Amino acid sequence: MTEMFRDKVDVALTVNGEPVEARVPAGQHLIDFLRQTVGLTGAHASCEHGVCGACTVRVNGEAVRGCLMLAAQADGAEVWTVEGLSDSAAIADLQEAFVARNAAQCGFCTPGMLVAAEELLSQGGLPSRAEIREHLSGNYCRCTGYEAIVDAVEDVARARGGEDVARARGGKGAA
Amino acid sequence: MKASVGGYARASSLDHALQLLASAEGAGRVLAGGQSLVAAMNMRLSTGDLLVDISRLSELSGVSDEGDTLRIGALKRHADVGRDALVCAHAPLLAEAVHYIAHAAIRNRGTIGGACAHADPAAEFPACVLALGATMHVAGPHGSRAIPAEDFFEDVFATAIEEGEILTAITVPKAGSGEAQVIEEVARRSGDYALAGLCLVKRDAGHRVSLFSVGPKPILATGAMAALDAGDLDGAVAALAGELDPPSDTQASAAYRRHLAGVLLRRAVARTEGGKA
Ligand SMILES: Cc1cc2nc3c(=O)[nH]c(=O)nc-3n(C[C@H](O)[C@H](O)[C@H](O)COP(=O)(O)OP(=O)(O)OC[C@H]3O[C@@H](n4cnc5c(N)ncnc54)[C@H](O)[C@@H]3O)c2cc1C
Ligand code: FES
Ligand code: FES
Repeated sequence: MTEMFRDKVDVALTVNGEPVEARVPAGQHLIDFLRQTVGLTGAHASCEHGVCGACTVRVNGEAVRGCLMLAAQADGAEVWTVEGLSDSAAIADLQEAFVARNAAQCGFCTPGMLVAAEELLSQGGLPSRAEIREHLSGNYCRCTGYEAIVDAVEDVARARGGEDVARARGGKGAA
Repeated sequence: MKASVGGYARASSLDHALQLLASAEGAGRVLAGGQSLVAAMNMRLSTGDLLVDISRLSELSGVSDEGDTLRIGALKRHADVGRDALVCAHAPLLAEAVHYIAHAAIRNRGTIGGACAHADPAAEFPACVLALGATMHVAGPHGSRAIPAEDFFEDVFATAIEEGEILTAITVPKAGSGEAQVIEEVARRSGDYALAGLCLVKRDAGHRVSLFSVGPKPILATGAMAALDAGDLDGAVAALAGELDPPSDTQASAAYRRHLAGVLLRRAVARTEGGKA
């Protein structure tokens, strides 16, 4: 009576806004699927047990560990990787801040850092350095460039917050 | 390493999930948030499982107010527990505990039911539900049963959930007016499992103290509770040292864990009395 269990599972999802249909091995995690089947190698498979954050991608609007989610579970999901977020320019300011602050050295952690940091920034407000560190605590930088990464995220939070303030003032002025 | 699984099936309802488990003849494995299970499969600590994916069962993911109790669906994700208005108002211990669990991305998928079913001795939620005196609701092929949290946690990664059963919900008594609930823990880094942790609930009916990461399962410290009821904090700290038999491992020695337990109890009591930790 095990025929309801499949060793290959059909999935239909969107990746970076594009529809993707595939038949995936039951035990394959989302990162292997993205890297090997879809050809998106931005998110990395490293520890594969949830510790390092190199695999962080956005699923249904939230940052998740790609190595701890099965591709089979992504049926119907909306997945964004660093490639899509780059192409859409959604995180262009964050990427520029990473360059300006020298927050990427070898770059291995960077795709995951960007997705995790963007989740925090998208919540609005002006996170403290402690809050930034806390939100990125699950993302390891093997080059240990944490100060620069926190600097970059803080810069963007200030810049975006500044824009909000300007916009709010503009709105008031116009009213 | 890569996972080796026997098969995957997505459950469309609780009944369907129970049927799938029954048909798996012992090889079935419930997949909820996957934040412990997929990690274990990737490391091949678990192989050949027939996965029953319950993560889409919306019937198991809500929180409802049942008068004197709050019913929390097993699939309520950690992040959602932390921001749920009913949980924050009536079981603030659970909401506070979320900050100590893993990292943001893991909290976005891990579920409270998964954490309790997994029963890691260092996990926060099992100790919280023990301190709150919660009831664990389990559904199986022969119907449902309710298990007091005191009887639910049995050993390292072992609970009263039997083969073919699914944890569906947790009910906790709503906090009374003036009730204080706090959690304290020590971990090396943010998001790490605790070296030692403690939950304190101070109610009209008396104190409840539970500890995690100091034994094979979360522990209700009845000696310390009685001493606190008698207003004797030093006595409670002494009782705690006597009723714990923590393990020594690469993270911390037994003596250090026992010491931490006393420190955490004093911090927790200070907070319930409105002082600083
Ligand atoms: C890097 C890292 C750090 C972590 N740190 C912490 C921490 O500090 N504190 C902490 O508490 N946790 C921590 N976790 C674990 C995390 O909280 C998990 O989410 C949780 O332990 C399991 O929940 P899940 O929903 O992901 O369950 P899954 O991984 O899907 O399942 C875990 C186990 O429980 C069973 N199960 C799940 N749901 C049910 C159910 N409803 N009925 C019956 N059986 C069920 C599964 O069959 C499996 O055996 C960490 C995880 C990682 C990867
Ligand atoms: S590869 Fe997923 S957390 Fe390390
Ligand atoms: S830049 Fe090398 S791992 Fe972070």
